[in-house]
Amino acid sequence: MVRLITHNLLACHVKDCNTNNFPLEFKDAQIELRETEFNPEFVRGIIPKLEWKALVDTARELGDTTLPLELPEMLDDDFLKNLHHVLLEIHVEDGVMICANCKHVYPISNGIPNMLLAEHEIG
Amino acid sequence: MSRPELQAPPEFYYGDTEAKKYTQNTRNQQIQADMTYRALELLNLPPEEPAYLLDIGCGSGLSGEILDDEGYIWAGVDIAPSMLEVALEREVEGDLFLQDIGQGFGFRPGSFDGAISISVLQWLLNAETSHPTSSPPHRLTRFFTTLHSALRNPSRAVFQFYPSSDDQIQLITSIAQKAGFGGGIVVDYPNSKKARKVFLCLYVGGGGAVQQQLPKGLEGEEEEDSKARFERRRDRERTKTKGGKRKSIKDKDWILKKKELYRKRGKEGVPRDSKYTARKRKPVF
Ligand SMILES: C[S@@+](CC[C@H](N)C(=O)[O-])C[C@H]1O[C@@H](n2cnc3c(N)ncnc32)[C@H](O)[C@@H]1O
Ligand SMILES: [Zn+2]
Repeated sequence: MVRLITHNLLACHVKDCNTNNFPLEFKDAQIELRETEFNPEFVRGIIPKLEWKALVDTARELGDTTLPLELPEMLDDDFLKNLHHVLLEIHVEDGVMICANCKHVYPISNGIPNMLLAEHEIG
Repeated sequence: MSRPELQAPPEFYYGDTEAKKYTQNTRNQQIQADMTYRALELLNLPPEEPAYLLDIGCGSGLSGEILDDEGYIWAGVDIAPSMLEVALEREVEGDLFLQDIGQGFGFRPGSFDGAISISVLQWLLNAETSHPTSSPPHRLTRFFTTLHSALRNPSRAVFQFYPSSDDQIQLITSIAQKAGFGGGIVVDYPNSKKARKVFLCLYVGGGGAVQQQLPKGLEGEEEEDSKARFERRRDRERTKTKGGKRKSIKDKDWILKKKELYRKRGKEGVPRDSKYTARKRKPVF
C-alpha cells in the first residue's frame, strides 16, 4: 500500500546518505488500483509539498502518463482528478525500492515497505 | 504482571497471538479510540484544511481507524509485523511501514501536517528492540530530530504514553527540546487513578497556536467522551471560519460504508482470513 503521495515524501535514511537519495526507485513493482474518494481541497493542498518531477517520472514508470511534465498554472478539475488518482489510487503492493545513491534496497511485501536498517546503516 | 515494555522487544511481545488479542478486545478498542480523539483535539489542526498525518507506532490500526473516520489521510509506522498484518486485514486506509522509530525517519522536510502516537513512547525507554543499536537517549535523539524535520512548520505532534517515572518524562522532554520542539506535558485527570492520562504535546514553530501556551489537562474524576468533545469543538471552529457552513471533509456515504465494515467485523470478532478476499482488483496494464 505504498501510495505515490507517500513515496514522493520518502527519501533514503541510511547513515550519511544525503545526496541523490530521492526518489527511491521502484523495481519489479506490482501495482493495484483502488478507488478512493476525490477530495479536491486535499489534492490542491498537498501540491506545495510535492517534488513534481519525481512524481511525474515515477507515475510514468508505473504506466500512468496523465500528468504533465510541468505543473500547470490552472488547476482545473480534470487535472486535480488525475493527480488524485496518481497520488492516492495507485498502490504498490510488491517489489522493491532502491536508493540511487547508496543502493540500499527496501523490499515491499504485502504493500508494506521494510524500512529497517542494519546496525552499520543507522545514523 | 509487569508492564509489556519490560517483558520483551515490541516485535516479539506483539506476535500473532497478542496482536489479535490486543485488537479484538473491545475495552481496549474503546480506550485507544478515546485517547486518539483526545490527541486529535490537542493536535489542534486548522479546521477545513485537509491534513496528511503520521501515526507513530500505528500497530493494528486502532488509532488509524479513527483518522480514517475523521477524514484524514495518513501514513503509519510500526516495528511489529504481526500488528501490521492485522492492520492490513482490517483494511485501514493509511500507508503502512515496517520501521523502528528509534532508527529515525527518512521523510522529506515538512512532509506531515501533524503526528500522533498512542501508547508507544514508553517502548523507546524500556525493552530493547531485537536490533539493539544504542541506548535509549541515542534512539530518542534520532527519533525526535528526524520527526521534527518531517513535520511542517507550524505543526504539532501529540503522544499519549505511559511513563513509569518523572525521570523518564524529564529525559524525553529534554531530548525533544534539543531536537527543536517546543511544548511539554499535559496531564488529564491528574487526580484520578483510573482516568489519569499523560500526553506529550510537541510544537514545531509555535505549533500554530495564537498563544504558545500549553492546553490545560482535563479535570475531575469522570472521563468525558473525547469523541463528542472533539467533534463539538471542531464543528464550532468550522462555524466560526465558514460563517455557519458546515462541510464534512469526507463524504457521508463513504464514512458509513467504513463504519458498517468495522461493525460487521466487530460482531464476527475475527479479522478476515485474507486481506485479498474483499478487494476489487483491476488489471493495470
Ligand atoms: C500499545 S500498541 C499501540 C498501537 C496503536 N497506536 C493503538 O492505539 O492501538 C504499541 C505499539 O508500539 C509499537 N512500537 C513499539 N516500539 C516501537 C518502535 N521502536 N518502532 C515502531 N513501533 C514501535 C508496537 O509494535 C505496538 O504496535
Ligand atoms: Zn541511500
